[in-house]
Amino acid sequence: MDHISLLLVVIPLITAPIVAVLPRGRLPWAVTLVVTTLCALLAGMQLWTVLHEGVISYELGGWAPPWGIEYRIDAVNAFVALIVASIAAITLPYALLSVEQEIPEEKIPLFYSALLLCLTGLLGITQTGDIFNVFVFLEISSLSSYALISLGKERQALTSAFQYLIMGTIGATFYLIGVGLIYSQTGSLNMQDIATILPGVVHLKTVDTGFAFIMIGIAIKLAMFPLHLWLPNAYTYAPSVVTVFLAATATKVALYVMLRILFIVFPHGFALATPVEELFIVAGIASIIIASIYAIYQEDVKRLLAYSSVAQIGYMVLGIGFASATGVTAALVHMFNHALMKGALFMAVGAIIYRIGACRMDQIHGLGRAMPWTFGAIVIAALSLIGVPGTAGFISKWYLVSAALEQSAWISVAVILFGSLLAVVYMGKLIEALYFKPITETGKEVTEAPLLLLAPMWTLVLANIYFGLDTNLTVGVAETAAATLGVMKP
Amino acid sequence: MDFFIGQYNYWVVIFLMMVGLYTVISRGNLIKKIIGLSIFQVSVFFLYISMGTVEGGAAPIITEGVKLYSNPLPHVLILTAIVVGVATTALALALVIRIKESYGTIEEDEIHKLDHSL
Repeated sequence: MDHISLLLVVIPLITAPIVAVLPRGRLPWAVTLVVTTLCALLAGMQLWTVLHEGVISYELGGWAPPWGIEYRIDAVNAFVALIVASIAAITLPYALLSVEQEIPEEKIPLFYSALLLCLTGLLGITQTGDIFNVFVFLEISSLSSYALISLGKERQALTSAFQYLIMGTIGATFYLIGVGLIYSQTGSLNMQDIATILPGVVHLKTVDTGFAFIMIGIAIKLAMFPLHLWLPNAYTYAPSVVTVFLAATATKVALYVMLRILFIVFPHGFALATPVEELFIVAGIASIIIASIYAIYQEDVKRLLAYSSVAQIGYMVLGIGFASATGVTAALVHMFNHALMKGALFMAVGAIIYRIGACRMDQIHGLGRAMPWTFGAIVIAALSLIGVPGTAGFISKWYLVSAALEQSAWISVAVILFGSLLAVVYMGKLIEALYFKPITETGKEVTEAPLLLLAPMWTLVLANIYFGLDTNLTVGVAETAAATLGVMKP
Repeated sequence: MDFFIGQYNYWVVIFLMMVGLYTVISRGNLIKKIIGLSIFQVSVFFLYISMGTVEGGAAPIITEGVKLYSNPLPHVLILTAIVVGVATTALALALVIRIKESYGTIEEDEIHKLDHSL
């Protein structure tokens, strides 16, 4: 079991090409289901090991760091890896029917292959302790997600995938430039090693420049306002399953890289001496308000939720901007909770698309009464998104507000509360259309979504309630993680 | 003067980088965008490779009597980055073919007129 950390990356990587050549039918799905479940179990074991036995350091091929690539797992990345792997495992049962309907039959094995590659990339980013390796995995996950998005039914899926490709590649290349500049001054690529060398060269302009390039590059991948332009289109036109998976994982992993670079790779106090924190707070506030207002005016439900995602990323960025232990805890907790709520919401919307083939506001009137379970899921996940006590969303808002109060950041407190109010407006609009508007007569009887779509959806919904009541796992792990990051500002 | 000549490799890199980035932003033709993107990526390859040079160093192949070698690691890194770049370009070109099939054009403003997505 010494190899857990490596297996998490290698298993999906090796399975991906195998799945691609499997015969059509349900076999590719079944294999992918087994692999993702296995990954989720391994990620769970890994987190358990890290929490009980301390940091795992795995040397790839037996080459000692800093020369070889090291997988270094502490509470932070074990936590993120668990989020990614378990969301993948929960999405897979949902995928079967949705994918059969949305993807042409001959492309289904390739679809699952790309999904596994995307999972490989995302898990790889969380596992590795080498900043160049992060770039490679970042591109593995990005390239496969461009392909996945382009499989959407409408032709806009192609243009949004292209737009994402351009922006994503610019982001990754910026990151690469930054890594190069840092390497030129430190001569190392191992995160821990760089952290020990950097304090000696920290006065050099090259280090500042490298830092700036890395931050901008990741901010694009993270869809941090105002670099979020690729996200609404990509989420709107991607196949339902892809939207669920990417919304719940991709931006979270980028956020993790941001945390790791800010707090571990660069020496303590370096980020504090730059205007990064103020920028994060401004970007967070702007994205909460502006993206929420955009969400209110959307006519397409998926696009509405996509803008809401940009707003929620704003909360996480704000949490990092506080640079305090509570702030980073809040960001990590919200990372987990947002995966739960957005996963549930996008699954519910996917179920509506499964039934009526579209998801515009004027096409879903009264559907809530025809699909009570799907509607129930939307209501509970919406309450969680708003931050009603008893749901997971409340916990993250609570920590975020406490972090803001600690620093007497009154504007931020007001913005967080105002953002919840805006969430009431846009989720209210969706619920109104689903339940209170009279059913548009199309002559077709709409029935509840099949159980295979409802079960994963409700798993996430119940998780929203469970983690709203029992915060030991989320907050406990997030606090340990924040302590690992060594956040020092009081 | 040394500022310009002594660091000429960086000037080449910066020039290529700006040419690439400007092409991506300013051109409406999707193929030209991809070309710009490739130039942008190539400039970063140059940055890495020129960084690996050690003054007076030989090529990093162990030879009798040679004490000083250039740093081979950036070259290896860039091999990986080149592979990533090729994959990106291939995927982008594949997408452009599909866009051409469904829209009948690869000009951004014409696609924009056909639907409001790009």
